[in-house]
Amino acid sequence: MSAAPQGRSQEATLGWSREGIAERVAQDIENGSYVNLGIGIPELVAKFVPAGRTLVYHTENGLLGMGPSPAAGQGDPELINAGKRRVSMMPGAAFFDQATSFAMIRGGHLDLSVLGALQVAANGDLANWSTGADDAIPAVGGAMDLVAGVKRVFVMTTHVTKEGSPKLVERCTYPLTGRGVVTRVYSDLAVIDITPRGFALVELAPGVAFDFVQERTGAPILRNSTRRTGA
Amino acid sequence: MIDKRVVSAHEAVADVRDGAAIMIGGFGEAGSPIELIHALIDQGAKGLTVISNNTGTGLVGLAALLRAGRVRKVICSFPKTAGSTVFPDLYRAGRVELELVPQGTLAERIRAGGAGVAAFYTPTAAGTPLAEGKETREFSGREHVLEHGLRADFTLIKGRIADTHGNILFHRTARNFAPMMATAATVTIVQAAEVVPAGELDPEAIVTPGIFVDRVVHVPSPALESALNEAGASYP
Repeated sequence: MSAAPQGRSQEATLGWSREGIAERVAQDIENGSYVNLGIGIPELVAKFVPAGRTLVYHTENGLLGMGPSPAAGQGDPELINAGKRRVSMMPGAAFFDQATSFAMIRGGHLDLSVLGALQVAANGDLANWSTGADDAIPAVGGAMDLVAGVKRVFVMTTHVTKEGSPKLVERCTYPLTGRGVVTRVYSDLAVIDITPRGFALVELAPGVAFDFVQERTGAPILRNSTRRTGA
Repeated sequence: MIDKRVVSAHEAVADVRDGAAIMIGGFGEAGSPIELIHALIDQGAKGLTVISNNTGTGLVGLAALLRAGRVRKVICSFPKTAGSTVFPDLYRAGRVELELVPQGTLAERIRAGGAGVAAFYTPTAAGTPLAEGKETREFSGREHVLEHGLRADFTLIKGRIADTHGNILFHRTARNFAPMMATAATVTIVQAAEVVPAGELDPEAIVTPGIFVDRVVHVPSPALESALNEAGASYP
C-alpha cells in the first residue's frame, strides 16, 4: 500500500493529473500512427508525444495532418478542428469531404481513436454522448462512427465522477455510444484493458494501490498483469 | 453556352416553397453559406426541413433562420455547439423537431441520396438509442443498421471559386458536407467568393463537378458567423 503525501487531501493528490494521463497515453502510440483525438482532454495527448515519433492527426471535419492551434485571434476561421477551434496544418496535410473522412473512420483506416467517457463497462461498452437527461439537447457528432470504425479505442477519463461514483462499471446506465468498442482505459488511477474476462489491470498510477482502484471501480479488475510505473 | 450564374442570392432562392427540404453546407461556421441563408430568410419560405451538421451560433445564419420560425425539422449530428442558443430554446419549447444522426451516417446518407443508393448498412450506432426502430442485419458476425439515403429540394453551399459551369473548389475545412450535398438536391445553389469563366480551373483539381450544380452566385466577401457574432449582429 502506498500513502499520499502527509497533510494533503489523498483524493486530490493521488494518481495522474490530466496531463499525466495524456503523457501516459502518448507513450502507447506508435510512430507513424494515424490518430483521431477527441475534443477536450484527449487533445492534450498531442503535447506529450515522445521525441522522435511523428503522428498524423485526423480531424473528422475533413483534415488529415492537423497541427496545433494558432495564438488567439490568429489563424483561419475555416481551418478548424472537430471542436470548431482554429488549428494549423502540417507538411503533407490533406483536406477532404465528410464522406471521405468517415470512410477513413468507418473503413478501419485510422490506427487509434482517443475519447472521453461518461461510463465504460467491463464488456467494452462506451457511453460518452448523453446522460439521457430530459432537458438535455441530444448531440452525438462523430463519436458513434469513431468507436464503430477505428481499430483501437482508448478512453481517457477520471476514474470516478465528481460525486465519487465509478465511471468504470459492470453495465452502462447511460445511453450507449457503441457496444464492446473500448480497447483500453487510462484513468487518473490506472491503465486498464478491456478483455474477454472484463477489466484487467495494466498499470497503477504512481503511489496508487490496487485495492484503492478496485474500491472505486464498479466491476472486478483482474490483476494478473500488474505492473507499476516508477517502482 | 452554359452559364449558371444568377445575379443575386435572392434570385437564387426565389423559388423555395413552403415545406421544402434544404441541405445547408458547413461544419460550424466553416463553409456556412450565410448570404444564401439570409436571402432565404428574406424570401420567407416556412415549414422547412433543414439538413445540416449543426444549428448555427448567435443570431445570424442558420440560427437566424431557426429564430425566424421557418424551420419545422432539423436533421443534424450536433445541435448544441458552444454559442448556440436559438436551437436549444426552440427544441426545449417543442417548436422544432430533431432527427439526430451520427455525423458519418449523415454524410453517407447524403452521399447515398445523391448517388442513387436507396439505403445502406453501417455498423455505426448498432446497439445504441439511435438505432432504435431501424432494421438491423448481421454481416461477418457484426450487427449493422439500415440507413436510408437522404435527398432534398435545395442545397445551399459555399465555395471558394466556381466557374460558369458550376465546377467548384473549396477552402480548407469549409469543404466538409458540400460535395455530397451538391449531389443530393433537386436544385443546388453555390455561393462563391470568386466566379471565373469555364476553362480557367484546372480540371484535375475540381472537387465538385458542375453537373451537380444548378446556380452560381458571386458573393465576393462572404461574412463569417464568428465575425458577425463578435459585432453583435442579428438577422434580419
